[in-house]
Amino acid sequence: MAQAESRLRVSDRDGITTVEFVDRNILDEANIQAISEEISSLIDRTDAPKLLISFSNVDHLSSAALGALITINHRVRDRAGQLRLANIDPQIYEVFVITRLNKLFQIHDTTDEAVESFD
Amino acid sequence: MTGHDTAIPGSTRVELRRDRAEIDGLIERILSLAEARGFEDGARFAIRLALEEAITNAFEHGHQGMNDQTITVEYLVLPDTVDIAVEDRGPGFDPARLPDPTTTENLAKPSGRGVMLMRAYMTEVRFNTAGNRVRMTYRQAD
Repeated sequence: MAQAESRLRVSDRDGITTVEFVDRNILDEANIQAISEEISSLIDRTDAPKLLISFSNVDHLSSAALGALITINHRVRDRAGQLRLANIDPQIYEVFVITRLNKLFQIHDTTDEAVESFD
Repeated sequence: MTGHDTAIPGSTRVELRRDRAEIDGLIERILSLAEARGFEDGARFAIRLALEEAITNAFEHGHQGMNDQTITVEYLVLPDTVDIAVEDRGPGFDPARLPDPTTTENLAKPSGRGVMLMRAYMTEVRFNTAGNRVRMTYRQAD
């Protein structure tokens, strides 16, 4: 059976896995489920994973996408890892502020700042 | 019967299937009308977010597995107002019973933010008595 096309761009450097989204809109339930499963498999590759999710291409996301990020955060913590978010558009950052999820996640303006922040 | 139980006068009414292309097409149509009426980027971001959440809630929570059922969306775009109603065919719910997703005990829960975002981004959000129809209004600031 043909494998579904990845909706992520993934790179590994200096022990940090960086994930970027192919799509500008992270809204569709099925798409979010696929993204969540793919990121979960990246988390499960190592102990104490260092995961950086960049939103540089993202214009819109839904509460379902926020829910997926929370589940990913739990999974990273269960493996004693670290999660950082970066490059979030100001309009989307406002969604994090309204939901108070800016208190739950470590969010950085740029990927460079996020990379520097890992222990 | 209260005002938000009835159809929006002058609105366009669409039966929407749970199909991403159909959903995207409808949202883009409403946003194009809003843009033509002078609604700025921030307003269109708000309307898209609220509409996406309302449609997802209707299919996901309202229909609870009745995947072949359509929902009804009504919309009316005026120079200063975008008025939208989303109605599902489920039994409805009581929005007053939704827990606050921003409290410390709920912050790490992965669900329960849709209605809160709709209320945050739209000028008015009203549910009918049954709780299976939500009417949302965005008004341009003077």
